[in-house]
Amino acid sequence: MNGTVTVRVQKIKRNTIKARLIFFLALAAILLLITLYADRLAPYDPYAQDLSKSMLAPSAEHWMGTDRYGRDMFSRVLVGAQTSVFSTLALVAAISVFGTVVGTLCGYYGGALDSIVMRISDVCLAFPGLVFALAIAALLGGGVSNAVLALAVISWPKYARVARSQTLALKSSDFMAAARLSGSNSMQMILRHILPNSLGPILVTAMLDIGTMMMELAGLSFLGLGAQPPTAEWGNMMSGGRSMLQTYPWLVLSPGFAIFVTVVIFNLLGDTVRDYMDPKNSRAQ
Amino acid sequence: MEPILRVTELSKSFSRAGKNEFLAVDHASFEVMPGEILGIVGESGSGKSTLAKLITRQIDATTGTIEVDGQDITKLTGRALIPVYAKIQMVFQTPAGSFDQRRTLGDGICESLRNKGVSKAEREAKARGLLEQCGLPGEFLERYPHQVSGGQCQRAAIARALMCDPRILIFDEATSALDVTVQKQIIELLQKLQKEKALAYLFICHNLALVQQFCDKVIVLYDGKIVEHGLPDEVILHPRSDYAKRLVDAIF
Repeated sequence: MNGTVTVRVQKIKRNTIKARLIFFLALAAILLLITLYADRLAPYDPYAQDLSKSMLAPSAEHWMGTDRYGRDMFSRVLVGAQTSVFSTLALVAAISVFGTVVGTLCGYYGGALDSIVMRISDVCLAFPGLVFALAIAALLGGGVSNAVLALAVISWPKYARVARSQTLALKSSDFMAAARLSGSNSMQMILRHILPNSLGPILVTAMLDIGTMMMELAGLSFLGLGAQPPTAEWGNMMSGGRSMLQTYPWLVLSPGFAIFVTVVIFNLLGDTVRDYMDPKNSRAQ
Repeated sequence: MEPILRVTELSKSFSRAGKNEFLAVDHASFEVMPGEILGIVGESGSGKSTLAKLITRQIDATTGTIEVDGQDITKLTGRALIPVYAKIQMVFQTPAGSFDQRRTLGDGICESLRNKGVSKAEREAKARGLLEQCGLPGEFLERYPHQVSGGQCQRAAIARALMCDPRILIFDEATSALDVTVQKQIIELLQKLQKEKALAYLFICHNLALVQQFCDKVIVLYDGKIVEHGLPDEVILHPRSDYAKRLVDAIF
């Protein structure tokens, strides 16, 4: 009897988590669709200057007002999403895949490979991101792709460490020994047992990282190391409007609001994915 | 008759930084004949589990040899071990921990045959049969480890160990995590399987009473060394070493 009750409670819990997951996935999907079709959705050309309309306050015509060159802020925020969101997603995808592969191999094989790679990752973690981005910008010039590169180089160790510690914990478990005794080779052990079991924490790290990375990229652009004017990009736009924060707050608030909404959606999605991946909540019959 | 498992002068030392080497298993030698049940008793830290790991090649031996069915497996690694694992299998101490919690019991049980390329229908049919032999209905193949009790999980682990028709099973404290009544049922199951399949068991345990009624021979391990080796009644009624005397006194 007790078992049935537990199963029922698990099922209810599971269903609410599922509903939350679907809700946040839908929000994220809407966000991505808007980003994808931003060009068509934008009511004005985000780069068309009209000095006669500069610094207009938000109105029915210009939902988020206009900037100092008379460009429609709403259109710029929409189109800016393409740079901000897509470069962030590409960055997170790249570092999470790379970090996971490296960390899993290090944890599984250990030895010299592990020591060398982990020392490299220590160096990367110890390096202030901003300084590194400055160096990259100085070497290769500013621009979104260089900012992404700089952040990728210093951010992958986080994933490598998560994957490595997961792998180490799994490696010493009895079920791995049992799999080994079942004649599984290293490839099968990693693909069948290690990756599926470490994917949850990595996915959650990645989901929560989307927000952080978006802020970091925006921060680099804000400092003039990422996207260059006149490119519509949220950090860049906030930077452009920062001196006018008190007189024309919409210049900073509109891209800031876009960053806020996007980061919140991805963070909540990350939390929900974590709950969903938790084996204690999962797969109740 | 050739022994199915022969361990000769087997040692394992762990080196610790700044300290002397630590001998977890110290020149152990014994044999297990086909169909024989050998019990290994000893306190925590006496090297019982290390011995099980050495024999199943989960860790490398420092010196000595391990022969399974006449074949020296001491230095085998990777692919070369696969045929060995068809002869020697192991049941672990923690029932739920020996199954991947993200996969069904069926996935775990069938893994060895899947690796051998046996078709899904065939391996599931065999797993179903073995589960039933181990006293579980076939639908347990679909269950996840957290959905079954410790005793049920251990039955599934025994079924898994039997999938590739081994000749010797190693039980590393396999009944220690179970309560007494379930423990008794598992022992009865093991006795039944042993008769049906003429299996040899290496039964690692710290319960002397269990060893006395269940094993053909017994080894007492103390500090990595074999201090007693003989028939259970002999060892338990007339212990020769100090440690075995204390062990027996502590229980009876």
